[in-house]
Amino acid sequence: MNFNNLNQLYRSVIMDHYKNPRNKGVIENGTMTIDMNNPTCGDRIRLTLNVVDEIVEDVKFDGEGCSISMASASMMTESITGKNINEALAMGDEFSKMMLGEDYDITEDMGDIEALSGVTQFPARIKCATLSWKALEKGVKSSDSKL
Amino acid sequence: MNVNDIRKDFPILDQQVNGKDLIYLDTSATSQTPSVVIDAMTEYYQSYNSNVHRGVHTLGTHATEGYEQARMKVKSFINAKRFEEIVFTRGTTAAINLVARSFGDMIIEPGDEIVVTEMEHHANIVPWQELAKRTGAELNFIPMEADGTLTKNSIEATIGEKTKIVAVTHVSNVLGTINDIKSIAETAHNNGAYIVVDGAQAVPHMTVDVQDLDVDFYAFSGHKMLGPTGIGVLYGKSELLDEMPPIEYGGDMIDFVDLRTSTWTDLPVKFEAGTPMIAEAIGLAAAIDYIREIGPETILAHEKELADYALSRMKSLEGIEIYGPDSRAGLITFNLTDVHPHDLATALDSEGIAVRAGHHCAQPLMKWLGVSSTARASFYIYNTKEEIDSLIESLKRTKEFFSYEF
Repeated sequence: MNFNNLNQLYRSVIMDHYKNPRNKGVIENGTMTIDMNNPTCGDRIRLTLNVVDEIVEDVKFDGEGCSISMASASMMTESITGKNINEALAMGDEFSKMMLGEDYDITEDMGDIEALSGVTQFPARIKCATLSWKALEKGVKSSDSKL
Repeated sequence: MNVNDIRKDFPILDQQVNGKDLIYLDTSATSQTPSVVIDAMTEYYQSYNSNVHRGVHTLGTHATEGYEQARMKVKSFINAKRFEEIVFTRGTTAAINLVARSFGDMIIEPGDEIVVTEMEHHANIVPWQELAKRTGAELNFIPMEADGTLTKNSIEATIGEKTKIVAVTHVSNVLGTINDIKSIAETAHNNGAYIVVDGAQAVPHMTVDVQDLDVDFYAFSGHKMLGPTGIGVLYGKSELLDEMPPIEYGGDMIDFVDLRTSTWTDLPVKFEAGTPMIAEAIGLAAAIDYIREIGPETILAHEKELADYALSRMKSLEGIEIYGPDSRAGLITFNLTDVHPHDLATALDSEGIAVRAGHHCAQPLMKWLGVSSTARASFYIYNTKEEIDSLIESLKRTKEFFSYEF
């Protein structure tokens, strides 16, 4: 049995977010809706946000995907709620650095997202973990004028 | 056929992945390459690498011979009537695109119908969608039965007088369904339509006789039949290929070039602009020799035996969904309840087992199955029952792992 290293990937906090996702659903009349697919695997995510005066007042995710992509989305919604949208984007940059195995700066007030650091050992799954963050980035960049 | 002897011909199989012996169950995506194929390509690069159809020098002649002999091998392998009917392409996708662009644009008029099935790989859907958009034709689908097969009734109900092209896969890369191409071709021809077949999952595994099937076009890839990537074949009836315009222009494919106008050379080089895939063609020829030595019937029998064995063992597992008909090619597409196929594939990989997870380039079929993705194990000449036993044990452990209360 060689499932020991799987435990690095599927840590209990990750499986908890997967099985009990936070902020799952859709915000009606939010300020931002972003759909994103992972074309290589069929995972899809819809992010809806309510951003008021640059502050993420509310964010929800919906979609289907593997445990890593769904847990990452759940963690992200918790991490960015109440944050300035630019701060949220900067958090995404740090998350990407962590995925690439580079030095990163993730602090305790960012929630559970550091639990995904084990994904770096599974290169094929990095795109799963970054899907929701990429969606956030896409949404903010395409609606920059409105903010 | 002795699998243990065969395995010795595939150096890649003799390795460990994540501390376990590699079990390669992803041949439907790409097959492994025997030493004879690698050696043939190495020999080309080491002793007669040269451009074809051009040079007068000795190496050039040798390379041209190698390339054209490869074409003759393909011709005889699929029993084409003439070597002119064998066009080398980049792969199945490029071959189907060539037909859609050149033949499709030539014959399709607004209001015509193009018929495909819902089990197609994207490579045999998207080119036809685009052709329909360009020409104002209608795209229709032959419906499937619940087990993922086509019936004569549904085929005859979908193909009609307005149908000009029927594009269908020989073997489904997801369901393993083996379609009765001969009968579909007959229905197409009775309605004055032409048939284009995606043979990527068929040619590596069974005898394909294009004259007996009476297909107008037939496409397949080298890398799924023990050959290298980057080469595929378009078979087309010569009277059709003759009428078709090239879709790429440049070196090799011309007859005479003037400042403002040019003429095209004869088949099949008319469709092979630029320096072709010489090493790859030579590798493909070696792969064909290898397959012929074992025999396509022996290969199919071995795969069926493995698929039947795997199917019966997998069916005995709890919480597994298996897609496709009972009678199938050597692949099994499935899902474990409450385990996403990606998580499943990662878990299997951690035990050295390579399977495919995802939509298998068949998103309309995933929709038809009502899933976003699936896992797939596919078998070939180098796979064994012991490997399937390992797969079953790993599947059990995977289920157990993901059912923990974390």
